[in-house]
Amino acid sequence: MNTLVIAEHENGKLKPATLCAITAATQLGGTVDLIIAGHNIGSLTQECTGVNGVSKVIQADDASLTHLTAEVMTPVLTPICASYDAVIIAATAFGKNILPRLGAKLDVQPLADVIAIHGNNTYDRPVYAGNAIATVKLTTAKTLLSVRTTAFAPAATSGGKASVIKADIPAAPANSSRFVKMEASVSARPELTAAPVVVSGGRGLGSAENFKLLEKLADKLGAAIGASRAAVDAGYVPNDYQVGQTGKVVAPQLYIAVGISGAIQHLAGMKDSKVIVAINKDPDAPIFQIADYGLVGDLFTLLPELTEKI
Amino acid sequence: MKILVACKRVVDYNVKIRVKTDGSGVDLQNVKMAMNPFDEIAVEEAVKLKEKGLATEVIVISVGPTQAQETLRTAMAIGADRGILVQTETPIDLGGIEPLHIAKILAEIVKRESPDLVILGKQSIDDDSNQTAQMLAALLDWPQATYASAVTFSGRDATVVREVDGGLETLSFTLPGIISTDLRLNTPRYASLPNIMKAKSKPLAVLPIADLGVDLTPQTQLVKVQEPAKRQGGRKVESVDALIAALKTEAKVI
Ligand SMILES: Cc1cc2nc3c(=O)[nH]c(=O)nc-3n(C[C@H](O)[C@H](O)[C@H](O)COP(=O)(O)OP(=O)(O)OC[C@H]3O[C@@H](n4cnc5c(N)ncnc54)[C@H](O)[C@@H]3O)c2cc1C
Ligand SMILES: Nc1ncnc2c1ncn2[C@@H]1O[C@H](COP(=O)(O)O)[C@@H](O)[C@H]1O
Repeated sequence: MNTLVIAEHENGKLKPATLCAITAATQLGGTVDLIIAGHNIGSLTQECTGVNGVSKVIQADDASLTHLTAEVMTPVLTPICASYDAVIIAATAFGKNILPRLGAKLDVQPLADVIAIHGNNTYDRPVYAGNAIATVKLTTAKTLLSVRTTAFAPAATSGGKASVIKADIPAAPANSSRFVKMEASVSARPELTAAPVVVSGGRGLGSAENFKLLEKLADKLGAAIGASRAAVDAGYVPNDYQVGQTGKVVAPQLYIAVGISGAIQHLAGMKDSKVIVAINKDPDAPIFQIADYGLVGDLFTLLPELTEKI
Repeated sequence: MKILVACKRVVDYNVKIRVKTDGSGVDLQNVKMAMNPFDEIAVEEAVKLKEKGLATEVIVISVGPTQAQETLRTAMAIGADRGILVQTETPIDLGGIEPLHIAKILAEIVKRESPDLVILGKQSIDDDSNQTAQMLAALLDWPQATYASAVTFSGRDATVVREVDGGLETLSFTLPGIISTDLRLNTPRYASLPNIMKAKSKPLAVLPIADLGVDLTPQTQLVKVQEPAKRQGGRKVESVDALIAALKTEAKVI
């Protein structure tokens, strides 16, 4: 078994999600190689060679790869995939944008959001917003997987001694999308999907201004901030705070849901958290059915009190 | 510009689904079905473009059972001009038609209809695959702008704001191209009664799936479907002090 992992990076740093994908690749058995694409990625490539479990790093360094659209990534990946039995990418917005395009080029059906690897080319993935788990056996010529980062621990960033080879850079199709700009939502907080503590707010917060109450609690706990779709739709917080079926999937040690009712689409993104706390003024809110600790009451009095005492 | 919109018939998003006791799938008998929410957003966006005079025709397509005609009628009540049902009795949620098959069917329809733009949803809320739009783009070698939260046009150039993990990314492309919708692209309208009536007489073509000549060999095999592990029910705590005590001494997470 030869597995290729596709790396994701941001601001010159390898994303932790890629380390989770490497762990999944290790579970398949056999050798694990990593491909990293970008422009001026010399030090990133060095970082990759140290990751535990990686045999070889394939470096695709070219000005045309400054912005990693699916159109520029696919022609680079397609020929390289020929030498691999399996290709794995983390199930992030980046990964999910690329893997299906690659799959269609290879005439291979990928499997998305894998949460367990059983052997015999059989995998588990959540469907119906996590209300069912499908066990699927692949009969594909090649195995293409996107994996949930919450289901695989990150590989160690040291201990590896991978060699480096350079990839060919074929041109993207003439009709490709062009990068215009990125509006990054900057935050000094830990990354939502990797944070040990997540504090999330919903429509109950009532305004962007009131989200500051949540920030104070997050500051004290060193937590990341998440949100329900309703809070994002209302403009209280940026889009990438959304947790749920169509947002991010998190599984921290502690998840505190404040003013969130607990719609199934929200639960899909956080119900694998180790400990769930819910604060809601409605004693019958569905979030209490899955919360380990429920506190009924007005968040505007409970949140400041909690922040002060915790 | 001619627009093709893909609309899937799925379980209504408010339904609490049940896994079949024999583990063969999800029970869809007597369950409320609806248009995939992302596809409603796709239809709305296409109809808006038509109302702005940017689109000449909006065609909606669904791959599914006979009842998926209702999904197409709903799309036509929102304002699509005509519908195409690619009919199949094979399941379209799990263990049947796969995203790559759908993409190949859509590519075949694109060949026949020559649209300038295809709008799909970002993901079906049953299989949660998030694949079809990207695959269709690959098969056609067209540009893809997935997870769109804003779309504008200047002549044949589209500018698309995308919801990505670190914020918002803007891409542009020249038609023809593929867009997949995210939740915040628009709020779909409610179809008015007169428009629902009008939709009944709009053209709807039914094509048996076998007539398309698309390779539908399965590449995956559904072994079983199970309920997820249930969370142990927790308890209510009386006060902030009790909560902090529980988190410290019982759960030991702070
Ligand atoms: C296709 C689709 C995909 C979706 N994807 C997602 C997703 O990824 N993530 C997501 O979150 N949602 C998603 N949704 C939306 C989801 O269905 C819910 O609408 C949403 O999660 C509700 O957000 P909320 O709990 O903040 O708001 P509400 O349901 O309005 O709940 C607000 C809660 O705040 C409480 N509250 C109000 N005031 C106070 C107060 N002063 N003190 C204490 N409590 C208070 C109320 O009792 C209530 O329980 C999706 C929906 C669809 C159709
Ligand atoms: N059976 C189908 N009929 C029509 N469109 C579909 C079908 N399956 C998927 N699609 C389209 O592809 C999008 C993404 O679906 P998926 O890749 O299954 O998550 C959906 O939102 C639809 O726009």
